[in-house]
This record gives sequence, C-alpha cells and structure tokens, in this order.
Amino acid sequence: MSTATSPNQSASGPGKDQTWFGLPVYLFLGILFGAVLTKSEVLSWFRIQEMFRFQSPRMYEIIASAIVVAAASVALIKKFQLKTISGEPITIPPKSLGLGVRYAVGGTIFGLGWALTGACPGPLFALVGNGVTVMIAALASALAGAWLYGWLRPKLPH
Amino acid sequence: MIAFASAPWPWYVAGPAIGLFVPVLLIFGNKLFGVSGSLRDICAIVLPARVEFFHYNWKRKGLWNLLFVAGILIGGFLVAQWAGVKNVAISDQTRLALTKLGIHDFSGLAPREIFTWPELLTVRGFVSIVLGGFLVGFGTAYAGGCTSGHAISGLADLQLPSLIAVIGFFAGGLISTYFILPLLF
Repeated sequence: MSTATSPNQSASGPGKDQTWFGLPVYLFLGILFGAVLTKSEVLSWFRIQEMFRFQSPRMYEIIASAIVVAAASVALIKKFQLKTISGEPITIPPKSLGLGVRYAVGGTIFGLGWALTGACPGPLFALVGNGVTVMIAALASALAGAWLYGWLRPKLPH
Repeated sequence: MIAFASAPWPWYVAGPAIGLFVPVLLIFGNKLFGVSGSLRDICAIVLPARVEFFHYNWKRKGLWNLLFVAGILIGGFLVAQWAGVKNVAISDQTRLALTKLGIHDFSGLAPREIFTWPELLTVRGFVSIVLGGFLVGFGTAYAGGCTSGHAISGLADLQLPSLIAVIGFFAGGLISTYFILPLLF
C-alpha cells in the first residue's frame, strides 16, 4: 500500500488532508476485504453454525491466525514506533474498561444476533453483494438497533 | 491459479489475509480496523435526531469506514460474478445437526429456507433476519465493536475490554445456537 503515497502530503502538513486524499483507497481496501470474507467463507451461515457447534477447527484457525498476524504487526509498529505514510505517529487508543458491563452485555447481545443471522456486520454487507439481498433487511434492522442504543445510551450501564 | 480462485481459501491464507488489514489500515491512515462503527455513522447521517451519540463529525471520523463497507459490498459482488461460492463444504456432523433442525437445502452461503424475502413473513425468517440483525446492531453499538474491532483489532492490541467482549460474543452465539435455534425450527 505504500505505493499509494501522495507527494503533496508533506506540503499540506501531517494528517490534515489525509481523509480526502485517501478516500478511494479505503473503498479499494473494502473491496479486497469483501473478497476475503467471501473466499474464506466466513460470511456463511453454515460456517458460523459449524463454529458454534465446535464441529470444525476451520473458523478458529482463521480467527486465531488473523489475530496472530494482527498482533505481531501491532507489536512491530509499536516497537519501531512506525509512522503512517503521511508521517503521523500511529496511535491505538486504549478502550476504557469502565464497569465492563458494556463489553459483557453488549458482546452477548451481539453474539445472540451473530448466531441468528449467521453474520457479523462485515459479512452482512458482503452477503448483500453476493446476492443474499434479504440481508438488506438485516442491515436495516441493525441500523435500528444501533439507533436504539444511541437513544438509550444515557440510561444504560457501561 | 484458476483452482485457487475458484476454491475456498485454506485457513492459513484466509486468516493472515484478514489479520493484515490491521497494519495496512494503521499505516495507511491511522485507522483501527473495524466495521460496526459504520452503522453509527449511517445513523448519524440519516437520523441523528436529538441523540447525542449521533452528533459528531462523521465526515471526518466515519467517511473512511463508510467507504470501506461500501467496498465490502462491491467486493462480495465482484467475487460472486467470477469466483463465487456455490456450496460451503461444512462437516458431516454439522450437516446432520442442521438436517435434524429442518434444513434441507445446503446450497449457497446461507440456507435458502430462511434467508429469502418471503421468509421474512415467517417466524423463523423474521427472528433470524430482523431480530438477529437488530441484536447485531444494538449489541455492537453497546459493546463498541464487533468481530473485526474487538476480536481482531482489540485482541491484537491485548485489550482486556475486547477479551470480555469476545467472551460475550461466544456466550451469546452458543445460547442462540443451542437454545433459540431449536425453538425456531
């Protein structure tokens, strides 16, 4: 991806115009990710069922190797204090634990939905692309769910 | 090459390929790999109302994520044109378990007996698609992330909150699989 550097970046100051000049790249990366989700079959309801029934190591091998590669990359980025291609320091904001309730309860609620739809948010978009168009209804409903959370947020424990 | 394009990728290609999105997004634009934030962004654009959670500069914070998910949809579409998945070769045990639940059509990415528009009018279709989708949206917003944000990005950064969230993901998934699905079929 480093070939995508724009020469005028340094002139406009670090990070300032990053969002605009980089936008097509995020679309392109998304296309790649949609292809990966499809060819890995992680977007399949059948694979998700196989995973939750512990009847094949495949999904666990995929998730575990993804985490290992990501963790090694993050460790290297931190160790060598790498910068973004526009020269910004790379920062990963820590998530605040709080009471931990949002993670335990929110995570469980998502898990209930994950096994019902057989898809997490990325795969929902990829499934629509793959022609399972009824997932548009699942996405619309997911938006309603996210909206309801936003509305209830001041009243919910976090 | 043609065989590689048409066959499902083995786990040791698929997993690392997914993991690489974390460093690529960080190095490219200091973005933390995640998908569910896009749902919040869409709410912020379409119906922010008077909800504080949806009042922020989505153009600055969320535009990349919206393009990323638009790309996911396009990527799925493109692959489906040339090298789509016709059948998912799940294990015999899973096939048997699902047959007992009442699934007979194992073609495609998701059972056609549930995931079609007319099925929205049935209890199992409505629960699987509409209720399931709702829980995905509410749960990821509450937890502040989904499989990508917590299970991949968060665990890769050794964040305890993400570990709690991932344990929750599996707790919920197991409850649905073993207690809710049998009631639906």
